[in-house]
Amino acid sequence: MTFELFIFYLFSAVTLFSAVAVVTVRNPIYSALFLILAFFSSAAIWILLEAEFLGVVLVLVYVGAVMVLFLFVIMMLDIQIDTLKEGFIRYLPVGILVAVAVATEMILVMRSDAFKVDIPDAAPLSVNNTEALGEVLYTEYVFPFEVASVILVVAIIAAIVLTLRRRTGVKKQDPSKQVRTRSEDRVRLVKMKAEKRL
Amino acid sequence: MLLFSLIPMQFQLPNIMLATPEMFLLAGTCFVLLADLFIKDSQRFITYLLAQVVLLITAGLVFFGTGDMNAIIAESVQATGKMSITAFSDMFVLDPMAQVLKISILLITMGVLVYSREYLRSRDMYKGEYFTLTLFAVLGMMIMVSAKTMLLIYLGLELLSLAMYAMVAFKRNDGRASEAAMKYFVLGAIASGMLLYGMSIIYGVSGSLHLDHISTYMSSHPVMENLGLLLGLSFIIVGLGFKLGVVPFHMWVPDVYDGAPTAVTLFLGTAPKIAAFAMIIRLLVEGLGDMVQGWQQILSLLAALSLLVGNLIAIAQTNIKRMFAYSTISHMGFVLMGILAGTQSGYAASMFYIITYAIIAMGGFAVVIYLSREGYEADQLADLKGLSARHPWVAFMMMLFLFSMAGVPPTVGFYAKLSVITAVVDANVIWLAVFGVVMSVIGAYYYLRAIKLMYFDKPDDATNSARSPVQWDFTALLSLNGLAVLALGILPGTLMALCLKAIQTSL
Repeated sequence: MTFELFIFYLFSAVTLFSAVAVVTVRNPIYSALFLILAFFSSAAIWILLEAEFLGVVLVLVYVGAVMVLFLFVIMMLDIQIDTLKEGFIRYLPVGILVAVAVATEMILVMRSDAFKVDIPDAAPLSVNNTEALGEVLYTEYVFPFEVASVILVVAIIAAIVLTLRRRTGVKKQDPSKQVRTRSEDRVRLVKMKAEKRL
Repeated sequence: MLLFSLIPMQFQLPNIMLATPEMFLLAGTCFVLLADLFIKDSQRFITYLLAQVVLLITAGLVFFGTGDMNAIIAESVQATGKMSITAFSDMFVLDPMAQVLKISILLITMGVLVYSREYLRSRDMYKGEYFTLTLFAVLGMMIMVSAKTMLLIYLGLELLSLAMYAMVAFKRNDGRASEAAMKYFVLGAIASGMLLYGMSIIYGVSGSLHLDHISTYMSSHPVMENLGLLLGLSFIIVGLGFKLGVVPFHMWVPDVYDGAPTAVTLFLGTAPKIAAFAMIIRLLVEGLGDMVQGWQQILSLLAALSLLVGNLIAIAQTNIKRMFAYSTISHMGFVLMGILAGTQSGYAASMFYIITYAIIAMGGFAVVIYLSREGYEADQLADLKGLSARHPWVAFMMMLFLFSMAGVPPTVGFYAKLSVITAVVDANVIWLAVFGVVMSVIGAYYYLRAIKLMYFDKPDDATNSARSPVQWDFTALLSLNGLAVLALGILPGTLMALCLKAIQTSL
């Protein structure tokens, strides 16, 4: 067993273990943390496959952004784990059936002739994979790239349009008003006539 | 590892100016978006005007081009002898078909905005974002029309769809609109998934996302025996069917048309249909043209089912918007008929049909807007009762639109149906042509019923007769729209010749 193979099996085992743990542990926070572990070890496998850019992106995007959001939602919501786990035994036969069907199909597909092709050797690279992707992305694919960015702008606008509510009667502080305040606005000096002595 | 061999050593971005209209539209949209921040609610008319000006200039750029653009086009036509010119590593194509469709989309969107202004203003939807989203949707349609790779077709479609989802849900306190938006979003996402699945299978088999490369691959391989390609084709047709709203992928159409604010339905039912036509031509004809035997069969089934279900269920509707929705389904069946003929005259007939249908549908929905007021949606068929006595001119216009949808001469609907059916007969699919004619006769019933309501029935109560608050520009455009339907029906030659020329020089 070469060192590379050893690393592959190590990370694969961690991925499988954490993926199973995601659905079996009781605490949803632990689930989310195991999912992060699964992402990390998948990223390691990708890097092993010389797809270092995808590996890094997986960690940055999924672990850095998506999972933080997941954890945030889990902590915000009051999830009753017992009610979620209730039907586990009842749905287990159906789950196993689906899993077996999917596995059989996968095996049949993978063993078919379509996949029995010679795997070409990796092309010798003068640049690394991030640099290569970057060069294609901003030259050949500049038009789709720009369109994708426009789609993100539309998503932002749509999200704001559909959720922004201007509530009236909110007693919030206005810092600029607070700074601009003058002493005259706060204390009003009233000159009163002295009361006459009788 | 194929990717890395593509890296050019010295990359030059060629013909970037060909996309001038798109670039201008994007810049203009961003300008409208930012300018609106500095505009008070009472001055929203400025935003509206800016949006219209941006659309008009973009249409002008598509029609006349700029100096650079025309120089590139002239050079390329001289060098290759072909009217279709590509840019951005062959991902973007400018051909006569794209030009005609883009101008139609832009002009129809301008009309849609004129019709919706008063509706939006009286219903608290008169916001800058509405116009921004409309412009972004138009940009998505223009990208779809000019796409030469499946990547861009998908991205353009998503840009259009995302903007449309938000517009359907724009009145967010309205439960029905939210429900419609939810349905539209979920089914739209499924459709996109199907389309992507099909595209990825085709990419896997042919090794390219570029439509020309796929076409080249297909012409040198036996395609009809290749199970992978057939599977990919089926998925792509399912995705297209969802987006176009043909039976059996039509379930969302009536609910979305009915639930969305009428101004949004007006937009949804017109310009995006033209873009969907372009998407079908690009994908099926330009990309998968060698699989014509495969998609011809599937499309004829879809067309027949659409004609049957659309026309029969429309009879049972009491709501105008739902009736128009089912009518759209049957009209999309006609559009598919022209495409499945598989001939250039068939594609041209379909193109003519879709452009004129957009014009007719725009007028039909405009009348629904005309009849409704703040707090009162005149979307029941009963609201049409006695319209001729209250608003004779509007009733006359509505009669023209309905006659045209039914396909009664001398309106343009007759000529559109005739040319599509002729194309199908020429392609020797006689049963479908006969079926189409029979279904049109059945469909004529519910259009004529609406006309009967307008001309021969008395209104239910007096409240309906309150004056519609629309401005002169609405009435002027409605008149123009109705007369265009009549004029195109009497003199269809120019537009038909334009469509035929566009198809012949583009494909």
